[in-house]
Amino acid sequence: MADNIIEFENISKIYRVGEIEIPALKNINMSIEKGAHISLMGPSGSGKTTMLNLLGCLDTPTSGRYIMDGEEISSLEDDKLSDIRSRKIGFIFQSYNLIAHLTVNENIGLPLFYQGINEKIIAEKAEVMAEIVGLKDRVRHKPAELSGGQQQRVAIARALINNPAFILADEPTGNLDTKTGKEIMELLNKLNEQGTTLFVITHDSRIAEYGDAVIRILDGEIV
Amino acid sequence: MKLNVLHIIRIFRAGWKNIYLHKLRSLLTMLGIVFGVASVIAMLAIGEGASFEAREKIKELGSNNIIVRAVKPPVAPGSEQQTTFLSAYGIMPLDLEKIKTIPSVEKVIPTWEDKRDVWYLDKSTDARLVGTYPGYPEVMNLSAVRGRFFSQIDYDTIKPYAVLGSSIKNKLFPLEEPVGKTIRIGLNYFTVIGVVSERAIVSGTGFEAEDINFDVYIPLSTQRIYYGEYTIGERRGGGIMAADRSWVKYHRLVIKVGETEQIITTAAITEDILRANHKQQDYEILVPLQLLKQAEHTKKIFNIVLGAIAAISLIVGGIGIMNIMLATVTERTREIGIRRALGAKRRDIINQFLIEAVILSSIGGFIGVLLGITIPGLVTKFASMVTIVTYWSIFLSFGISVAIGITFGIYPARKAAYLDPIEALRYE
Repeated sequence: MADNIIEFENISKIYRVGEIEIPALKNINMSIEKGAHISLMGPSGSGKTTMLNLLGCLDTPTSGRYIMDGEEISSLEDDKLSDIRSRKIGFIFQSYNLIAHLTVNENIGLPLFYQGINEKIIAEKAEVMAEIVGLKDRVRHKPAELSGGQQQRVAIARALINNPAFILADEPTGNLDTKTGKEIMELLNKLNEQGTTLFVITHDSRIAEYGDAVIRILDGEIV
Repeated sequence: MKLNVLHIIRIFRAGWKNIYLHKLRSLLTMLGIVFGVASVIAMLAIGEGASFEAREKIKELGSNNIIVRAVKPPVAPGSEQQTTFLSAYGIMPLDLEKIKTIPSVEKVIPTWEDKRDVWYLDKSTDARLVGTYPGYPEVMNLSAVRGRFFSQIDYDTIKPYAVLGSSIKNKLFPLEEPVGKTIRIGLNYFTVIGVVSERAIVSGTGFEAEDINFDVYIPLSTQRIYYGEYTIGERRGGGIMAADRSWVKYHRLVIKVGETEQIITTAAITEDILRANHKQQDYEILVPLQLLKQAEHTKKIFNIVLGAIAAISLIVGGIGIMNIMLATVTERTREIGIRRALGAKRRDIINQFLIEAVILSSIGGFIGVLLGITIPGLVTKFASMVTIVTYWSIFLSFGISVAIGITFGIYPARKAAYLDPIEALRYE
């Protein structure tokens, strides 16, 4: 149990639109071990995005318990959730989600900024992260000056900088061509081999194959 | 989140960067604040100048004084006066004697005045020759900075003594010691026995500008013997225009009242006495205290008008800032989502947008301060009004601009902070 990074106990999520209740997730139970590489697959509308929001502490479940890295977080308030996000989770998005007016170095350092860490230390750490993803000579550039693959590498570096409990990647190769997508997946794989827990959400079975295990979700239930 | 100084500096720098990115937009947004702050400073500077002016005027005329001035009445066409080329008017000895009997009056000092040239060797200057009593400096708050004023004995023995105003001294004796020197006025010679203190020149509070620094004081007794009661009037083309000749007993009475509370009633009694003695309106009564009240009233109206303008432009400026900040929040919804996902708390987002609004309003405030310092200078130059920019008005108005940034920035900042991070991340 202690080695489990993620534990979902009877997690349900119900959205209310006016009078109508829409169940997005129904009694999900799952445990993810430290160092695992999990792929989450499912068609659109299956509850994938809801899973992502809950896993990423952007949202809280309607019922059930979510224990992450030994911390019960299913009923935390907004400030605490922000704190968890900044310390424990590395986000990678399909559309990179870099801030256009910040440099690569500043983008990478952003999660640490919200931990109130000294600016100089952040910049140095960001430099190291840029080197890991192979963008050492691009740290002064703006995101718009980089290719899609390079932007996603910046996002990966940003996800790594706070030494998170796990990395949550939402369609990380969705906006990339096959070759670049493969490079990104190989980079993520390498990081996983070095011990980073990886949770990849995708609808692409070729991407899912990189994982140690595939969780399939349909109509809010694991199948 | 720990709020250390470096952190704040970084938020400030990021805010500045965003403002700099939209230079024109930011500048237009600031305009309301700029004009608001500038008018606050200008308003206070003009108000301060007006009350300074009134205080100086009071100092010049004496706060407990009532001044009666002879006024040349308009000449009716075909009247006797017009054909004789001589106008007789002004304050009579009977007026003086009667006013002296009013119990609240402490002292009455008369003067006889004429414009004359004053000569020392080959130097000359225009001057106002003032024949008066030895008690004149006391009621007018003048003091001798060199030598002395003439005394009662000088007066009684009809001495040819003169006391100079500071400008006369500077013109005729720029480097020399004037006391003991002999000056010439018309065909008469006087020994300079003193120089009186300089007076700031003030104008615009309902008086014609009178520069008393160009006065030369002589005993009224001496004046009567040397010059009589006729003024020569102004010179034109080197000759003397007969039509400008006047026959005046006294040009001015300075009435010193014992108690400040009795000034208004004393002025009313004086008015009654004069009205009874004079067939025509050849005098006017000035009450400095009333003028001060009038000046303060004017200042108040001025402050209300300019204050309203300032308040309106500051509110409009604030709304402008709110408007632009709301646009910025919408524009940067995605960025807010990203920052929230990466661990920014609501407070961080509020700080970020609030600081940006405050930077906007502070820069506006700073430009406004510069403008506000400039405007009173221009007012002084072109409207010849005294203006005084006080330090506290600068701090006050700059403080107001910062407060406006906070007040009108808080709503957009909160709106940004309470966006749903999930929605914000998906925003295109």
